[in-house]
Amino acid sequence: MSAPADAAHAARAGRRMRARLTPATRTGLSIAAAVSLYGLSFGALSAAAGMTFWQTVALSALLFSGGSQFAFIGILSGGGAPAAALGASTLLSARNTLYGVQMKALLDPRGARRLLAAQLTIDETAATAMSQSTDAERRRGFWVTGVACYTGWNLATAAGALLGDVVGEPEALGLDGAVVAAFLALLWPRLRGAEPWALAVAAALVTALTMPTLPAGAPVLLAAVVAIGWGLASRRRGGAGREETSNDSPDDAATEEARR
Amino acid sequence: MTLWLWVLAASAAVYATKLAGHLVPGAWLRHPLVGRISGLMTVALLAALVTMNTVDGDDGLAFDARLGALAAAAVALLLRAPFIVVVLVGAAAAAGLRLLGLS
Repeated sequence: MSAPADAAHAARAGRRMRARLTPATRTGLSIAAAVSLYGLSFGALSAAAGMTFWQTVALSALLFSGGSQFAFIGILSGGGAPAAALGASTLLSARNTLYGVQMKALLDPRGARRLLAAQLTIDETAATAMSQSTDAERRRGFWVTGVACYTGWNLATAAGALLGDVVGEPEALGLDGAVVAAFLALLWPRLRGAEPWALAVAAALVTALTMPTLPAGAPVLLAAVVAIGWGLASRRRGGAGREETSNDSPDDAATEEARR
Repeated sequence: MTLWLWVLAASAAVYATKLAGHLVPGAWLRHPLVGRISGLMTVALLAALVTMNTVDGDDGLAFDARLGALAAAAVALLLRAPFIVVVLVGAAAAAGLRLLGLS
């Protein structure tokens, strides 16, 4: 991109940055609202699993990764060893490493911001950032979702730990349906054309088929492997003939656009 | 007291998994193939998250009101509803189906 275009882009980004409720901001706040309420049930379950109030609060503040936290207390309450709880929560967080790579490619936070960004690198922030189409919106999506989720999740955890059994099931409010809808809405704009649809279906099938047998968290990693294999295979195909190469170029342009 | 150590150790281990991704050398990310795979991985990861959140059950898969939420959200997206409306439609569908005792 040329320097004047860069400057114009930066100016536009600056104007957008000042706008208060951009799509990324609204997406981040909606996701945080739905997800944070699950902190209530985490707090209640953690207390029921025998964790003290402050241990429960520490898990949400320091560990801060929903799936890993539920796995940690779930194994303890099931009578499992603490080492097994640590192992399961770490395995469930392996996908956060992939998100970290994606976030570095998209946002490239520096210095202390990188350490903070790492702590906020979870399903919700990565999904929101990845699904935006400009740099400014990706950045805003990541940070708004991260700060809102962190605040809401921690407040809800403390409330849940204090209220305990008083807290009802989030399912009665349809919160689990809200989370499903939110992730589908983030995926939706990406499903333009046959290739992303085919890949999405393949990834969904691999995830669903391996969920009953693999440890929790592993199927998502397998879906990432499908994407890597897909990328490598289509590159080889692209190198095979001219026709295929020209077929691949719109995809590459779309990927390039998606990364910007 | 030892439980505290496990809480802190698990927090450190999970933070390490998060930070590891951010510490990948920037040069690796500038390869064109990484850009292509990054775009593909976004689709695959989001599709996996949708699937996991829809059919995740205590023992393997569970098919319940969340499938209804998924279908309702898809209809809302086809009708070009804004994000927050899609989320609310998903919640209403799941809560409604449970209220009706359908799942």
